Amino acid sequence: MKAAVVVFPGSNCDRDLQVAFAQAGAEVVPVWHKDTSLPEGVDIVGIPGGFSFGDYLRCGAIAARSPIARAVSEFADKGGHVLGICNGFQVLLEMGLLPGALLRNASLKYTCRTVGLRIETTDSPFTREYSAGSEISVPIAHHDGNYAATTETLARLNSEGRVAFRYLDNPNGSVEDIAGILSENRRVLGMMPHPERALSGLQGSADGKRLFEGLMGAFAPA
Amino acid sequence: MKLRVYVTLKPGVLDPQGEAIRHALGSLGFDGINGVRQGKMIELDLLEEDAAQAEETAKDMCEKLLANTVIESYQIEPA
Repeated sequence: MKAAVVVFPGSNCDRDLQVAFAQAGAEVVPVWHKDTSLPEGVDIVGIPGGFSFGDYLRCGAIAARSPIARAVSEFADKGGHVLGICNGFQVLLEMGLLPGALLRNASLKYTCRTVGLRIETTDSPFTREYSAGSEISVPIAHHDGNYAATTETLARLNSEGRVAFRYLDNPNGSVEDIAGILSENRRVLGMMPHPERALSGLQGSADGKRLFEGLMGAFAPA
Repeated sequence: MKLRVYVTLKPGVLDPQGEAIRHALGSLGFDGINGVRQGKMIELDLLEEDAAQAEETAKDMCEKLLANTVIESYQIEPA
């Protein structure tokens, strides 16, 4: 598996995400926001957390219009896999690769702690190593993670089984406790929690590891 | 010509910041507030002199960047 990790000015989880992919056995290539194309042979693009472009205008808005975003969009349109975490999720929504939007947390507070998530579907390359309905612990760290979508969008996400994770104890006001969603072809995942910060017991939880191992398995030669 | 673009959350979209402002105003003794909605104003200084053309350009800017039309609406007026 070859993973490209996009770096924007203000990204701060790009190294963590690179380590997470590498630990799962992937070849990792960092990609700069001004690049206009992805390296040859990339299987998955990771959009990391952080504060791209200082959260100016709206979280993820400027990053979603950067030169690399166009390449990522074309990659996804051709069936490529994309993982957006935290600010990366905000970027994917701003790019229109996933439906809905993320608003300021209902508490108005930046919230940084480990939360419980329920695995809602194992039918995706990201969640295949988990068991449906199981609960995992993964950290969150965000100010704008309050997922909002129209009733129609929610109905569609639910009926198509595209909600990947729900919070056990909603930390930010997200509608229907939604913590992560999949694209129609299930190859694009956006999530607010940070699986790349839950790779070993030393970090408080190793529950994020299976996401990257699952991806690795999905790309393993049959 | 100069234009002002107002970007606000659509009706029905919860505005936690507006709510916080409402509470703060209440604690200052301003009562009788039905609601507070917060938005942003963006001033554009365009080379274009034709008002209709400038507004058309501003609209395009709103659709492509200035507003997230999933949750926000916008209004354009001459500055």
